[in-house]
Amino acid sequence: MLELRKAAKMVAGEYHIHPSDLTLERGSLNVLLGPTLSGKTSLMRLMAGLDRPTEGAVYFDGIDVTGMPVQKRNIAMVYQQFINYPLLTVYENIASPMRISGKDKATVDREVRKAADLLRLTPYLDRTPLHLSGGQQQRTALARALVKNASLVLMDEPLANLDYKLREELREELPKIFAQSGAIFVYATTEPSEALMLGGNTATLSEGRITQFGPTIDIYRRPADLTTAKTFADPPLNFIEVVKSGGGLRHREGDVLPLPAHLGTIPDGPLTVAFHPHHLGFTQQTENSARLAARTQISEITGSESFVHLEYDGVKWVMLAPGIHNIDPDTGIEVFLDTRHLMAFGSDGRAIAAAAA
Amino acid sequence: MARITLDHIRHAYGANPVADSDYALREVHHEWNDGGAYALLGPSGCGKTTLLNIISGLLQPSHGRILFDGNDVTEVSTQGRNIAQVFQFPVIYDTMTVYDNLAFPLRNRKVPEAEVDKRVRDMLGIIDLADWADRKARGLTADQKQKISLGRGLVRNDVNAILFDEPLTVIDPHMKWVLRSQLKRIHKQFGFTMVYVTHDQTEALTFADKVVVMYEGEIVQIGTPAELFEKPSHTFVGYFIGSPGMNVLPAQLNERSVVVGSQRMDLNVPPQTKPGDRIELGIRPEFIHLGREGMPVKISRIEDIGRRRIVRAEFEGKPLAIVADENTEIPAEARVSFDPAGINIYANSWRVGGEA
Repeated sequence: MLELRKAAKMVAGEYHIHPSDLTLERGSLNVLLGPTLSGKTSLMRLMAGLDRPTEGAVYFDGIDVTGMPVQKRNIAMVYQQFINYPLLTVYENIASPMRISGKDKATVDREVRKAADLLRLTPYLDRTPLHLSGGQQQRTALARALVKNASLVLMDEPLANLDYKLREELREELPKIFAQSGAIFVYATTEPSEALMLGGNTATLSEGRITQFGPTIDIYRRPADLTTAKTFADPPLNFIEVVKSGGGLRHREGDVLPLPAHLGTIPDGPLTVAFHPHHLGFTQQTENSARLAARTQISEITGSESFVHLEYDGVKWVMLAPGIHNIDPDTGIEVFLDTRHLMAFGSDGRAIAAAAA
Repeated sequence: MARITLDHIRHAYGANPVADSDYALREVHHEWNDGGAYALLGPSGCGKTTLLNIISGLLQPSHGRILFDGNDVTEVSTQGRNIAQVFQFPVIYDTMTVYDNLAFPLRNRKVPEAEVDKRVRDMLGIIDLADWADRKARGLTADQKQKISLGRGLVRNDVNAILFDEPLTVIDPHMKWVLRSQLKRIHKQFGFTMVYVTHDQTEALTFADKVVVMYEGEIVQIGTPAELFEKPSHTFVGYFIGSPGMNVLPAQLNERSVVVGSQRMDLNVPPQTKPGDRIELGIRPEFIHLGREGMPVKISRIEDIGRRRIVRAEFEGKPLAIVADENTEIPAEARVSFDPAGINIYANSWRVGGEA
């Protein structure tokens, strides 16, 4: 178990990581999700002992490891850049941590072949990294992390430099590959879709703070605040400012959204409500749908679906609709918002109610 | 802006190419319309960057010619071709202000200063950097620098084409959305001929009128996003476009039906095949209905990815991916049916027909 206890990192009088508490269990996969410069790498460096926290402590299995150098802890790291020994073969690259720790030849051979098999590197064991594709190079780095049998494996955007199809494949394999080892995995990414596909737990980061931590799908569905909701949305969330009064949510343009059951008991007053692009549609799905007049800006078609960029009362929205909709820019259209899916936030940005479905 | 003709272009990096596999680009013979938005999409090593470099003039093809509006430019330098380029990493002048960076390509061409000012101001608005005009480019974020690069590519209106080489790779997901729709709007507004290289399907499909899918040095399909999705002409296109990609199942043709394992599905028009052809049935995860009726499957895993779920199952001994939306009920004893419109038949990996 890895624990950050009020761990913080201050540089030149400014917090790069605000005092943070976080507990990661053995055998768990944990995603650090946030945009560039939100603190993902800084947080990993604290976990690894590459940096010493300026406040607070780091515990591993109940032992204070604050300030213990990374070499003394059993940690493996994989970076965005493919880091391998260029003059060594794939076999020797994978074997290197075991050579350093003085494992016997038979064990090294067995472990290298097992890892190579798992990461589909067996045909390339005799090659040097420069004769491999990017995907194979990163698989080599992953295999080396795997044979190290580390108790903490830190991966900093490990798939960012790969083709998305390779990314898709490795993303599917990674949790399975590492699940068997019982280590703690920490995986940093800027992409919400990547977090969702990896599953496990997610900690959302914004400006050096952990805004929420918990099972990935729960955070996606029930963000505790606006910052988390925005961090964990791709395509971006849509927003609408309303006033709850009586049985409806009133917009200043006069539109009234039917009040969904999950917002029924909250007090009257102004709210920021948010919803995902796929909860906006061309047709009325339920009696909870609100009919709204919007203007189109641009349509993007992905083959099976369309992203229709809209403007509603001066606010930009994106609608994700099944099928192909190539609508001319600046056309007035009617859209339907399913209010059962609204997330509501108060003026302090805290979530008032999560979406019902 | 110009029409681009790729006339029997082949390229090999090594000397004395003989076999097809010696060529990074095997044979490209196409004409791209003036004012079109094209995306070159494919995995690393498929030849897309080679083709882009041939269009830009950084590379001379081993065979064939390239024409802009019917004029042979094969021997013409990059400069002489009058094109704008935007690269993966921002190429800007750190010591200049944002404004001067955008003005640079215009001043280079001796555009009158009043015109420079107008175009630079317009572009600052489009890339949303108006408030940063007088700041030095040094110290800006990667996003902002790449916006300047895009702006520099788009600021001239006299170019033959604008070439983009993975321009959004270094951009955060949220900003990608903004920049992508801005690019699309600029294309609609000004009608530039644009060629956009990417390995990201979402970028390619949402940006382009026509997507050029490349695989092992060849163009395997040029089509609209809908065509690539509904009628992939090669199993590679089926695999590469879509997430997860198309399911490809070994099959047999039997008069008017297609047989997968013990399951038989009727076809309206039997495809033309030769004896000995390797037959496969392609069906996208989105065209499979999950319910209580139909053919039996064994579900191994359900991945909840937010707005939809990916169901991993076994069908006639083969893995099958199914996409279900967030409201679909998944029964314990699940069965599937294939939407007839989503069935494609392949012989030796090339599409020969479909539609049950």
